[in-house]
Amino acid sequence: MRPIAHLNRRYHFSASHRLHVDAISPDRNREMFGKCNNPFGHGHNYVAQVTFSGPVDATTGMVTNLSDLDAFAQRELLDVFDHANLNTLECFRDVVPSTENLCVELWRIFEPYPHANLKRIRVEETGNNSFDYFGEGAPFSHEE
Amino acid sequence: MILLTRKADFSSAHFYWHDAWTEAENVRVFGKCANRQGHGHNYTLEVTVAGSVDPTSGFVVDLKQLKDILEREVVSVYDHRHLNYEVPEFATTIPTTENIAIAIWRRLEGKIPNAKLHRVRVYEMPDLFADYYGESA
Repeated sequence: MRPIAHLNRRYHFSASHRLHVDAISPDRNREMFGKCNNPFGHGHNYVAQVTFSGPVDATTGMVTNLSDLDAFAQRELLDVFDHANLNTLECFRDVVPSTENLCVELWRIFEPYPHANLKRIRVEETGNNSFDYFGEGAPFSHEE
Repeated sequence: MILLTRKADFSSAHFYWHDAWTEAENVRVFGKCANRQGHGHNYTLEVTVAGSVDPTSGFVVDLKQLKDILEREVVSVYDHRHLNYEVPEFATTIPTTENIAIAIWRRLEGKIPNAKLHRVRVYEMPDLFADYYGESA
């Protein structure tokens, strides 16, 4: 049996967003989201860390060819999210572009990648906060 | 049960090449990593061991001892070496980050007293790293 390894890759993108929910009052929005509710938005340098697992190919020594993964990430993630206003993206039309929701959206984006199994999405919004998502119903993992 | 992680660094050269393939095939699959002159990285190794805390010392393992094991088993063999030419496990196996993690696991397994090897993580660069949890994981 070929050994199973996990491959981790980090992608950087810069985007703006505003945390705001139309269905609740302006006061309640300000109270709930604080400075993240600034009407003009603000931005972050995000890091998306994706973890894929799979058997290590006996010939190439790879879980997946990084050039395939990078091309997928460029097309599906960076071309859409980098230097964008997250609130204007279709996926955030009805949900707040919080980093938690961004994790869930990135799972949806990377899950169909055909060459390895997605295990975790981590999004770092700043150097001091990050969020992990392991997929719907997946057991919580304490792994760093 | 505590997980304890120790880091170590090594700087090595490597390239990706499969002898049974033509040059064009190697370049198609491995891109610039197929340059046979080699290239190099500053690798960071993170070794995580699992064990219980000794009631007297308060240690899972003696960190100095773990550092010496990493130095002896890995760093002294890999650091400032060409992985393809000078490290025996890569004579016939391509030194990808995945394979380096597996090779380091095999070098360390069973050599750490009082603790169980839990994870080997190898960073080739800050934005690319591989994890290996052993054959049974």
